[in-house]
Amino acid sequence: MSELFDFLVGRLSLEYFPKDPVTIGAAIGMPLTVLGLVALITYLKRWRWLWENWLTSLDAKKIGVMYMIVAIVMLLRGVADAAMLRLQTALAVNGAEGPFTTDTFQQVFTAHGTIMIFFVAMGLAFGLINCVLPLMIGARDMAFPMMNSISLWLFIAGMVLINLSLVFGGFSNGGWLGYPPLTGLEYNPGPGVDYWIWSLQIAGIGSLLSGINFFTTIIKHRAPGMTLWKMPVFSWSVLVTSVLIMLAFPILTVTLALLGLDRTMGMHFFTSDAGGNPMLYINLIWAWGHPEVYILVIPAFGVFSEVVATYSKKKLFGYKTMVYALIAIMFLSFIVWQHHFFTMGAGANVNAFFGIMTMVIAIPTGVKIFNWLFTMYKGRIEFKAPMVWFLAFVVTFTLGGVSGVLMAVPALDFQVHNTMFLVAHFHNVIIGGVVFGFFAGITHWFPKIFGFKLHDGLGRWSAILWQVGFILAFIPLYILGLMGAVRRLDSYSDPTWQPLFITSGIGVLVIAGGIGLFLLQLAYSVWKRKELRDDNGDPWDGRTLEWSVPSPAPHYNFAVIPRVTRRDDWWHMKQAGKTGIKQKEFKDIWLPKNTGIGVYIGVIAGIFGFGIIWHLWWLALLCIIAIIAIVLQRTLSIQDSEYHVSANELFHESARAMK
Amino acid sequence: MSQRSTKHVIEKYDKAEFGFWLYLMTDIILFASLFATYMILRPNNADGPTAAELLDPSYALIETIVLLASSFTCGIAVLALRFGKKTLSIASLIFTLLLGATFLVLELSEFTELVHEGHTWQVSAFLSGFFTLVATHGLHIFIGLIWGSAMLTYVLKFGRTDDSMRKLTLFSLFWHFLDLVWIFIFSIVYLGAAL
Repeated sequence: MSELFDFLVGRLSLEYFPKDPVTIGAAIGMPLTVLGLVALITYLKRWRWLWENWLTSLDAKKIGVMYMIVAIVMLLRGVADAAMLRLQTALAVNGAEGPFTTDTFQQVFTAHGTIMIFFVAMGLAFGLINCVLPLMIGARDMAFPMMNSISLWLFIAGMVLINLSLVFGGFSNGGWLGYPPLTGLEYNPGPGVDYWIWSLQIAGIGSLLSGINFFTTIIKHRAPGMTLWKMPVFSWSVLVTSVLIMLAFPILTVTLALLGLDRTMGMHFFTSDAGGNPMLYINLIWAWGHPEVYILVIPAFGVFSEVVATYSKKKLFGYKTMVYALIAIMFLSFIVWQHHFFTMGAGANVNAFFGIMTMVIAIPTGVKIFNWLFTMYKGRIEFKAPMVWFLAFVVTFTLGGVSGVLMAVPALDFQVHNTMFLVAHFHNVIIGGVVFGFFAGITHWFPKIFGFKLHDGLGRWSAILWQVGFILAFIPLYILGLMGAVRRLDSYSDPTWQPLFITSGIGVLVIAGGIGLFLLQLAYSVWKRKELRDDNGDPWDGRTLEWSVPSPAPHYNFAVIPRVTRRDDWWHMKQAGKTGIKQKEFKDIWLPKNTGIGVYIGVIAGIFGFGIIWHLWWLALLCIIAIIAIVLQRTLSIQDSEYHVSANELFHESARAMK
Repeated sequence: MSQRSTKHVIEKYDKAEFGFWLYLMTDIILFASLFATYMILRPNNADGPTAAELLDPSYALIETIVLLASSFTCGIAVLALRFGKKTLSIASLIFTLLLGATFLVLELSEFTELVHEGHTWQVSAFLSGFFTLVATHGLHIFIGLIWGSAMLTYVLKFGRTDDSMRKLTLFSLFWHFLDLVWIFIFSIVYLGAAL
């Protein structure tokens, strides 16, 4: 009897509900917020609308918007985590107690890193790519619209799991990359690390599918005449990123699976006994992890390439060198991973090789920075919000790049490895590159998706607060790192560090102010949407194809697929005054019907993850069977998955939109 | 005029096949990571048995021949369907599935014997690596068997259509790919053990 009970409930137990006041607060607050949202939607009777227009939608733009909503909500959680970390380090000096226990502190920094990389940066990247890529290459949608929806829902399933850990079971305390043997069964028997593994595994498979989808879309869906060398640089950046995703994410899948096998099947891949090799894990995870940071930053490079050219009213300087630089980064990003652990015993020659390759990768990156600056040279520059983000990026990212080259010197790295110096460095490049890039991108393409612009002044102030907050938060960390403060420190004895940590904490608050202004900007722009309306679909006098369609872009993107003759085609068409479409050019089109399959698979994958984490093997098995059944049902049926829009309808609709 | 042009349909298939090739490439990376892991952990037998003591290349050779034969019949199934010979295609598909199932039974009985003798995946890093690499391939074969059975019912039901041709082609790509991976497992794991 008790065996059956154990089988049914796995290791679920009431003791896993949180006990310390901070976590209890979060564990009550979060479900209440979700319940409140559910109640609100029910009260407004919007469930059907939500299901039919959003959740089951296969329109890439809507999928992109959903990615970004999730990412921005997660950004709030990630920043709250950051504020908790800095609150602790501002107070816990010289024996004084901080507000958090060591274990809570460790969970918080693990959650902060994991959420910011996987659910904020990746979410913003995939969201923006989904919104913009098909429009930019003159396509109606992604190559595999249903797979796109599955990717989104796997991403959401991972996000739900990671947040569920806050309510029940606690999260990993092993850092965002979960190095064993600390994350092995011996030292970490609880469910926290399993939450980490399965949340990332499920979201990671979604990312892999997205990579395949983006690549196929670019190869197969470009408008006639648009050769690869006529693509906008943002599309090139997505092409390069998707190659990196396809090459790197399978390594993550394997690494996480092996760690999971160690933990659930008692295997010995990364244990410290029976021949296990923890260094193998560290090599594997960074063989994925280093390309991963380029997966995040390369689309941001693409955004800036579009933004700078548009707001400088010039064509991008050095288009070909831009593309070659991207491709060079793509190759080099796979041969620098060992620089993350110079101190871990690889020896002088290996360290020298990886150190030099790391310095080499700064060259193509430098080429890109100069190309953007030369694009601005003698341009008619409009300092709209995206340009302010760009200027903040140039300063911040370049500084981060320089500190990166410093740390590429192995001898110096032995001094600053795993110190606050490193923490400052990678925030320097990730916030400066990725976050600023995507905020610029959101501001730039917002009117194309929603039909009205974001308020410019608030956007500029948001960028300025981020920049100031960034300097306050991270320059002290550089100094602290050089003074010997190690990362992930929850208390320290040297009182001279305290003012620097307090300054850094103030910086986090200023950044939070920047995020507050961004949210205010969204709310204010929605309120004033009539005044901010984008009437002609081309509010910034853009250069690329997405600005040739009305705003908001129709669900089929292009009523008539454009023919491309040269780079920045839309700009040249405007110059020549040939922008209209004749009625006889309209043709019938077919579009994918909405389907709930993505939602179902995401929900089932989430339950599967929950089952594995809590050792509910029967539940996990049921979920696998359910997913196979769904896929088989889809394969075996020949129901029509497309619907028809006639040329006549298209013509009238676009005539109305163009008025 | 609401008929989709043939061009539209062909483009759709073309895309699916391209995407599937990409998926196979990512699967190669997945296996490459597992191979690398196995090679690094192979010497770490932690005083347990070594690869040379446990693994029998001649047994694996039988498995190899079975799997290669299934790949051959799978190729026949696709060709037969292309030329409209539905019965031959179905018969070949059934052979493919039977041979695939035989392979899986052979592999599982090898695993059972190892576990029975106490050489489980918990003994050493080498055995963890061995079981994970070989069983990951086995899992792919298992998925292939489910997919193949679905294809069988599909061809039985619809015969030769554009849809069935495309679906069977994708399945055969997957099946040949698993054959290829097995060749590497045979060479590196089993023949490597004899070295």
